[in-house]
Amino acid sequence: MSGNKRPPMQALSTRELVIDIPGRADGYPLDLTIKSGQVWGVLGPNGAGKTTLLHTLAGLRAPRAGALFLNDVPTTKLKRRALSQQLGLVFQDRQDGFPATVLETALIGRHPWLAPWQMEGADDLAMAERSLEALDVLHLKNRLVSTLSGGERQRVAIATLMTQSPHTWLLDEPTNHLDLHHQVAVMKLLTDRAAAGNAIFMCLHDLNLAARWCDHILLMYPNGETCWGPAERMLVPDALERLYNQQLATVEVDGAPFFVPKRV
Amino acid sequence: MIRPITLPLAVLAVAGLIAMVMSVGIGSVAIAPADVLLVFLGEGSNLHRTLIFELRLPRTLSAFATGGLLAVAGALMQVLLRNPLADPYVLGLSGGAAVGALLAMLAGLGGAVISGSAFAGAMLATLMVFGLAHGTGSWTPSRLLLTGVVVAAGWGAVITLMLAISPARELPGMLYWLMGDVSYARAPWPGLGVLVLVCALVVPLGRSLNVLARGPMQAAALGISVRPLEWLIYILASLLTATAVTMAGSIGFVGLVVPHMLRLVLGNDQRLILPACALAGGTLLVLADTLARVVIAPEQLPVGVITALLGVPTFLYLLYRSR
Repeated sequence: MSGNKRPPMQALSTRELVIDIPGRADGYPLDLTIKSGQVWGVLGPNGAGKTTLLHTLAGLRAPRAGALFLNDVPTTKLKRRALSQQLGLVFQDRQDGFPATVLETALIGRHPWLAPWQMEGADDLAMAERSLEALDVLHLKNRLVSTLSGGERQRVAIATLMTQSPHTWLLDEPTNHLDLHHQVAVMKLLTDRAAAGNAIFMCLHDLNLAARWCDHILLMYPNGETCWGPAERMLVPDALERLYNQQLATVEVDGAPFFVPKRV
Repeated sequence: MIRPITLPLAVLAVAGLIAMVMSVGIGSVAIAPADVLLVFLGEGSNLHRTLIFELRLPRTLSAFATGGLLAVAGALMQVLLRNPLADPYVLGLSGGAAVGALLAMLAGLGGAVISGSAFAGAMLATLMVFGLAHGTGSWTPSRLLLTGVVVAAGWGAVITLMLAISPARELPGMLYWLMGDVSYARAPWPGLGVLVLVCALVVPLGRSLNVLARGPMQAAALGISVRPLEWLIYILASLLTATAVTMAGSIGFVGLVVPHMLRLVLGNDQRLILPACALAGGTLLVLADTLARVVIAPEQLPVGVITALLGVPTFLYLLYRSR
């Protein structure tokens, strides 16, 4: 699979990007650069536009203004197939079309890498099985996806992205539905991927997962205001309290801040 | 998509051949399968040659082409609308074709004009739904489906009106056409040609269709240009259906039931399902047409009655046992 070789350093960047949220005034453009090896966490209250931002970064939705660049090439100049070899997305909600098994679902991730007439080969099958193994769902490979629990489906979706094997991984609340052990396992997997040269960019609702695992943070306020930077500069109680409109207590666990909502 | 593809297709192809040999052998003069083979080898009696080449084979091939066209069109529509209940007629195409055909009959015109008029009606119906579903807002499968269903209801009313005002002597021919009937189909080659052509075009698209079945957003994230693919499927499915309707009227249930039965047995890989639909749909209609010729021989039933009588219980059974 020569198609999987990629240059060691890559970046997805935005220039003056304004995402298109109906009813929101313009302003607060984003100038992000998401590089190899980075783990980004996007935090913000409901409706701040986290999912819209992910869809915009993945090229599924046009921005209201600004542009996206993949290694300094505007993404609008890239073919959708070429883009999907570089950028992959785990959606927050998924629809079941026709019944499909777990293994078939993971194999879908090979689509951007195969020519139209090409069947999935032994390599592709091995990749899909490795991904399912990594997400601890290989034992379910012959089950229909529709019969799985929410957390199992979430892990199959992440395994599908892993099978797609893009450089930049976009994930919309990847720890949704996961039990504590699998939350940690998924965050560990993602940071391992970043250490291996991928770029990770995910929306999270859990401040403490973000504090423990992300090295960069983007805060999205309900009015469209944003700020971003290294995690230790972003994860300060004042900013987070304003972000969620919620008083927080902070303690330190294993050298990382731990945030707990105060009782109202 | 990890199952072998050649074996099921080979089995279906053999079944299709057997059905066709049986079909050309059965009739007022029975011809044994061995004699049928002799005729195809260039031997056999003159009577047998005439019966087979001039009467029975064109009809059998027409039935095969019609069944294959409808089954492939149904499978495509189900993927396009991501709705297992979609069939080739769900978007009102057969209604347009029927109005075209009945108009030609009312005008007292014959065979070729009826076919041409039906094809024109089918194309008109397709363009109408295409244009209306496009509308001014966003395009979604549910919007296309609703537009199609409402337009189909409109055609239904027009058909009823035409039947109500038609002279009594025209009614049997009209009803036969509406029920679907291959007895007048004498030119199987255009239908077979369209079937082979469209299959050759959509089988390489099979994996893209598999991805599209997971929803448009997921498909786009995996590198598919969703809108052009959807329109291509719509146009191809319409072309298939229009060709089938022009050959044999609106024959029901083949396009709904055949893809479902195959999905239950063979899974959901469109690269296998689409060619399998062509073979199984063709075989089913050849068998149904053979039955239609022999059940009350020398009288003939419209083949649409047989497919509906077979299709309704099969479909209800599948629905009943589906999870």
